Amino acid sequence: MAMVEKKSLSRKVFQFFNIILMVLIAFVCFIPIWHVLMASVSDPGLVDRSNGLILTPLGSFSLNGYRYVLSYKNVWIGYRNTLVYVVAQCLITGVLTVIAGYILSRKRFRFRKVLMGIITFTMLFNGGMIPTYMVVRDLHMLDTRWAMLIPSALNVFFIIIMRTSIQEIPDSLEESATIDGAGELTVMFKIILPLVKATFAVILLFIAVAKWNEWFPALLYLSDNDLYPLQMFLRDILIKQTDFTSSSDALDSTQLYKVLVKYCVIVVSTLPVLCIYPFVQKYFVTGVMIGSVKG
Amino acid sequence: MKKGFLEIAVKDIRRNKILYLLSIPIILWYLIFCYRPMVGVLMAFQNFNPVKGILGSQWVGMKHFVDFFTGIYAWRTIRNTLALSLLDLIFNFPAPIIFALMLNEVKNRYFKKTVQTISYMPYFISMVVMCGIIVDFTSAGGIISTLVANLTGTASQNLLGDPACFRPIYIISNIWQGLGYGSIIYIAALAGVDQELYEAATIDGAGRWKQTLHITIPSISSTIIIMLILKMGSMLSVGSEKVLLLYSPSTYETSDIISTYVYRMGFESYNYGFSTAVGLFNSVVNTIFLLTTNYFAGKYSETSLF
Repeated sequence: MAMVEKKSLSRKVFQFFNIILMVLIAFVCFIPIWHVLMASVSDPGLVDRSNGLILTPLGSFSLNGYRYVLSYKNVWIGYRNTLVYVVAQCLITGVLTVIAGYILSRKRFRFRKVLMGIITFTMLFNGGMIPTYMVVRDLHMLDTRWAMLIPSALNVFFIIIMRTSIQEIPDSLEESATIDGAGELTVMFKIILPLVKATFAVILLFIAVAKWNEWFPALLYLSDNDLYPLQMFLRDILIKQTDFTSSSDALDSTQLYKVLVKYCVIVVSTLPVLCIYPFVQKYFVTGVMIGSVKG
Repeated sequence: MKKGFLEIAVKDIRRNKILYLLSIPIILWYLIFCYRPMVGVLMAFQNFNPVKGILGSQWVGMKHFVDFFTGIYAWRTIRNTLALSLLDLIFNFPAPIIFALMLNEVKNRYFKKTVQTISYMPYFISMVVMCGIIVDFTSAGGIISTLVANLTGTASQNLLGDPACFRPIYIISNIWQGLGYGSIIYIAALAGVDQELYEAATIDGAGRWKQTLHITIPSISSTIIIMLILKMGSMLSVGSEKVLLLYSPSTYETSDIISTYVYRMGFESYNYGFSTAVGLFNSVVNTIFLLTTNYFAGKYSETSLF
């Protein structure tokens, strides 16, 4: 009896410290983002002088930093381009992934094993940065939107996730549809796709988030500002810390808000994703599962 | 025999006409964007000239490889790449597993869900923003710099400019960003463990710690192994984008890795052949890593990728 009580006491102590630790981890994950959000609406002079965590707006709450950021043309250009890339990539990769997953799951398609081999081999070895760049260059895609979309059109992991999901659908469904006179495309998009729409949604979600956050292909393939995604402008502002304003309007009053610019662009670019993910997290949990357990 | 094969092929193509048609764009894409660059690695053995192309450029044999391995940057970049990869493996691989195990001990469902959701948050921050936050926090007068200065009793300085600080900054920020998201798969695997096993163990007198050792960990070990294989396979390719955003000439001594060197040689010095050679070396080592881990994983635990 004494043993049991002792055990449950140590258990309670463990539980207590475990909860404290979990709260700490959650706090540490959350607080840098909160700091940035609060700094973005603070008084720029106080932010400049502060060297601690900002938990509530310093000085008077103001949105002047945002007003300043949104008057900057490149932020709008970046936003527009990123949206174009996200939507276009979802369309291109979405359709191609469904096609690939469908083809690779048809047992009557004898070529499927060879095709799967061709695809999986690319997980083992790749040509690397320069040879891929040369291909994009030879195709005259440099400095076009296509360079952001076509080289990233397919992804082995998405194909495997899709194929695994489609394989779980009983063959009899396709057979009965074919007997009713449905063609290949009708079967694929009208019968199979609705049955794997959860997987499809997961894949689109992954594509969208990855595209939203992507910058490296733009660095390699684009030199035209008008085609840059938002992340490239963010890189200029946050990392290279290039001057934000054209020098002509650099009056003292606007100069002041420069301190806030980096916080405001972070919020403007990150908030959409941070607002959406809690509501779709159950999908990416299943997505990660399908991808790595059955892959 | 050959005729038989042809007959079967023709019959199959006729029967699955549309499937074959649909596979054309997929095959073409893989040929152009994956296999053509594999042929393109031939430029590692050339003084590659983009105007003349692979067929017209002058062949130089192993010159670029010899240049790289006898040059002063080979050891520096290989050492830094291995150091970052190993540190990442040691600290960043077990962290999500431990987090998942500890979160699994929490009884309250809502508390658990909330912690989980918040812990995913850093993963959705883009690499550029992530590095922007790092630059801000570690610059002179930044939050982390000030904290470090107070702890060590020195003046607050730009930590990113200090070669000694690069690796800790890289690894700690990686853990911050990947901890929650990396734990998803383990939390899901833990949810699938048969609860009757725990009941049986409790009856047998096993404490919570013993249950964790003998039930919980073995039941997620295949997930751990698969994640380990994936991690090992990308050992020498991790983090080039992040390093590219965070490093500067003053920290090259600890921060310059193979892939950033490849980038600089290719896109800043336009030394295409040499850059491809270094990249090829990196790819080959990666492939060997992946195959070796996969082989051992298959041999000792019946869990492997291929």
